[in-house]
Amino acid sequence: MGAELIVIAGKLIVLATLLLTAVPVMVWVERRGAAFIQDRLGPNRVGPWGIIQPIADSVKLLFKEDLTPAGVNRWLYFLAPMISVFIAMLTFIVVPFGDGCGVTILGQPLGSLMVASELEVGVLYLLAISSLGVYGIVLAGWSSNNKYSLLGGLRASAQLISYELSMALAVLGVILATGSLRLDEVVAAQSGKLWNAVPQFLGFVVFVVAAFAETNRLPFDLAEAETELVAGYHVEYSSMKFAAFMMSEYMNMVTVSALLVTLFLGGSTLPGVHLEGWLGLVVSLAVFLGKVAFFMWLFVWVRWSLPRFRYDQLMRLGWKGLLPLATVNLVLVAVGVARGWTWI
Amino acid sequence: MTEYIPVFLFTVVALLFPVVTVGIAWLIRAGKHDPVKLEPYECGIEATTFAHDNRFSIRYYLIAVLFVVFDVETVFLYPWAVAYRKLALFGLVEMFIFLAILIVGYIYAWKRKALQWA
Repeated sequence: MGAELIVIAGKLIVLATLLLTAVPVMVWVERRGAAFIQDRLGPNRVGPWGIIQPIADSVKLLFKEDLTPAGVNRWLYFLAPMISVFIAMLTFIVVPFGDGCGVTILGQPLGSLMVASELEVGVLYLLAISSLGVYGIVLAGWSSNNKYSLLGGLRASAQLISYELSMALAVLGVILATGSLRLDEVVAAQSGKLWNAVPQFLGFVVFVVAAFAETNRLPFDLAEAETELVAGYHVEYSSMKFAAFMMSEYMNMVTVSALLVTLFLGGSTLPGVHLEGWLGLVVSLAVFLGKVAFFMWLFVWVRWSLPRFRYDQLMRLGWKGLLPLATVNLVLVAVGVARGWTWI
Repeated sequence: MTEYIPVFLFTVVALLFPVVTVGIAWLIRAGKHDPVKLEPYECGIEATTFAHDNRFSIRYYLIAVLFVVFDVETVFLYPWAVAYRKLALFGLVEMFIFLAILIVGYIYAWKRKALQWA
């Protein structure tokens, strides 16, 4: 039991470090990426290439006045950013972020690098927890006593629940092909054949689009919509509470990218690469981070390239576009598995 | 229950992190409040009503109801997906019947313009 706990704690520390480091790095990548795409310089004064800028920003935010406007529901106003960060952090623990490759620590096999490695409900846990994330946004919008916030919160809730359906259906195709809810088995099932993104291309596309909507990123950032709602659900937030919303947004991006990589792109594996021991562990971690980094860049790339959807277009795409597509994908996979096609 | 130990551990970490950061910010926060500063951010004119006294579109409610229907559908499909290989042909036929019933409902909702925004 002791060794087991140490292994769990070790994985937990690695994961928490990765998640919390990803946030400032992503803020920096986003600002520099935006500057690159728009042909300007971006932050370049604090540290080399401005890499310390996010740290300076968070120190600044820490010292800012923590304002609670008049007329807000104080309890919910305080609770909303907490829920956002809490949920954003909690979703990641069923995602395997590397392969143990037979390494043992204190006689305890490391197995797949995921914190909750024994959890059989895997994907169900992930869907259940991540759908709670909408509470943070809705409560923030509702409790702020601000019309912009209220509209942002309402829009976000309808948007998140609409795209969650398509997302869950797209994931279902992968579960069907794997026959297990555990994400490490999803990864294992993809080694030695085509990654799920190829046979389930429809599901992959649906998942990518829904991922953008679920993280409130452009072209689906109607909850924030700077040009019409100022900043949407977090207009009234300042100081660390505002930072909490920003952190949860970036953590959600990390989680959803990791999920995308795990479900459709073979997770921490590369075809033809089978390494053992510590070298294998480091390589698998690097492969996983590399794949995730690509999708993180894709988020930035799309954000600064595409305009925002109108709300009716957003709903039409979600309900009349993605939902039927995801269902078609599911039926195709079901028929394929029934016919005994092993490449699916 | 041992498989849930990591979940509980991480729950504690995930709870402590926002509480501690916001707590530190609260301890060293700066500034004085005055009535003008505490007004809701709008256009500079004092707000006469609470924000949630205003009405909003009924569509949001409709979407929520539709969501419940289709989300329950997907939740039902998950155990089916895991057991699919054991169910063989029976599972395939069963799913087609289940989906057909839902698709009828979906088409009905579409025809009644429930999926149409404004």
